Amino acid sequence: MNDNPKLSRRQLLLRGLGLASGAASGTLLAGCEKLSRTEWFPKILGAGESVNKAIHKTLIRKAMAQEFTPADLSPSFRSNGTDVPENPEYAKLAQNQFADWKLKVDGLVEQPGEYSLAQLREMPSRTQITRHDCVEGWSAIAKWKGVRLAALLESIKPKPEARFVVFHCADPMEANGASLYYESIDMDDAFHVQTLLAYELNDRTLPVANGAPIRLRVERQLGYKHAKYIMRMEVVDSFAKIAGGKGGYWEDQGYDWYAGV
Amino acid sequence: MAETEASYSRDGVLYYRHRLPVRIMHWINVVCLTILFMSGLNIFNAHPALNWGKSSYDGKEPLLEIGAKMSGERIIGVTRIAGHEFDTTDKLGVFYDAAGEANQRAFPTWITVPSTQWLAMAREWHFFFAWLFVINGICYVAWSVFSRHLARDLAPTKQDWRGIGRSIVDHLKFKHPQGEEAKRYNVLQKLAYLAVIFVLLPLVILMGLAMSPWLDGVLPGWVDLVGGRQAARTLHFIAAWLLVGFVLIHVFEVIVSGLWNHMRSMITGNYRVRLEADHE
Repeated sequence: MNDNPKLSRRQLLLRGLGLASGAASGTLLAGCEKLSRTEWFPKILGAGESVNKAIHKTLIRKAMAQEFTPADLSPSFRSNGTDVPENPEYAKLAQNQFADWKLKVDGLVEQPGEYSLAQLREMPSRTQITRHDCVEGWSAIAKWKGVRLAALLESIKPKPEARFVVFHCADPMEANGASLYYESIDMDDAFHVQTLLAYELNDRTLPVANGAPIRLRVERQLGYKHAKYIMRMEVVDSFAKIAGGKGGYWEDQGYDWYAGV
Repeated sequence: MAETEASYSRDGVLYYRHRLPVRIMHWINVVCLTILFMSGLNIFNAHPALNWGKSSYDGKEPLLEIGAKMSGERIIGVTRIAGHEFDTTDKLGVFYDAAGEANQRAFPTWITVPSTQWLAMAREWHFFFAWLFVINGICYVAWSVFSRHLARDLAPTKQDWRGIGRSIVDHLKFKHPQGEEAKRYNVLQKLAYLAVIFVLLPLVILMGLAMSPWLDGVLPGWVDLVGGRQAARTLHFIAAWLLVGFVLIHVFEVIVSGLWNHMRSMITGNYRVRLEADHE
């Protein structure tokens, strides 16, 4: 290895140091990769996000998300994830401009039922210009109009044991049509003033690419919480028995249920 | 740098330079910053572009973008900085493996945690070590104030300010203080540490918090004070690389001014100072 007999002590030292730090970083990388794939270590790491959630929920449970002006609107609102759900049942509804679509509401409620798009449009609405933050890191600003989820909940009357609202969607996440997208939020977020079932984007009917006929707006949380193509709303006391049990499609893939960071 | 027990050896004086809390917090910091930087790059890879402003889609080009494009039959890695495009194949954007297969990712596997592109897991690493880092930082600042480490060892004296010109020249010549002088931090060292502790680290933490949509609601609009959420993301990225720059200079100075002596002092606390009359 030492082909230069005149290599000084310092050079040898530095060369050794280089090798040592190379070996150390190799070990570090392999170690981190291995730890990530264990059962126990990610649970310890999860403490970080648990602390975030506990602090955020305690200190600023009901704060409003920032709202913007028309000057801040993104020229076009990016469609992410599913553009067109590959679901024959959905395709049929879309063909008819969702005239036959009905939002099913059930679970722990006094008044289960079905709501047409026209009925939802008649309920108390809110319009807001907000920033959509994707877990990947990008943001886009758009204007949303929709029925206030709190108003809908007041008419369906959740039972006292209700803890979460689960949104069952039409978009399959696997090529064979399986794994329909779903998401869940807690009652605090469900009753938040800015939480909407949006049916308009930038003053126009919500396009299919962005979740027609309705999508969730749950401001202050990352994009994957904002379920698109909502078909059914279920009020539950636990989501442990739904799909992967983590409360959402991406949560089942390892993302955090609390998406405020 | 409490000067307590001094023991004499043939080569000079061993004196107690770093107290135990400093040594512990220093190494916790090394682990935290390494993991934070590397998991941060994995998170960046999920959307390898930086914008200035409130959103990523405001009609303006990104300041920095790492991607891939076809060049004839071959896919190449490209990095765009303020409108200038560079071919960065095998450095950024696209990496060819031994089998000649092209792998697309902004930063390479050897610099990210986890090494595979895995956003959900990188976030778990990032937030856990962010808390460890913040708690360690708060402990450090509190300890430094109460133990007078800050006032005695880090705050530049009048004499320091007067000698700043000489210190710059000395650094450029890689000439390091000997004897009694070596027992204190030099003025550039003090300023570098203060800038990192009180400017760069608070900035990187604050810009991290600004990226949280929930925390943006604390005082709606506060994120606009730094230019918006995407500006905060850009500043977070820049501050992280400035910290890397600091670490490189720090490690370089450690090596040229006596690697083993410094390593010993950051592990056992004892630093050896040569007497004035010594050789060299």
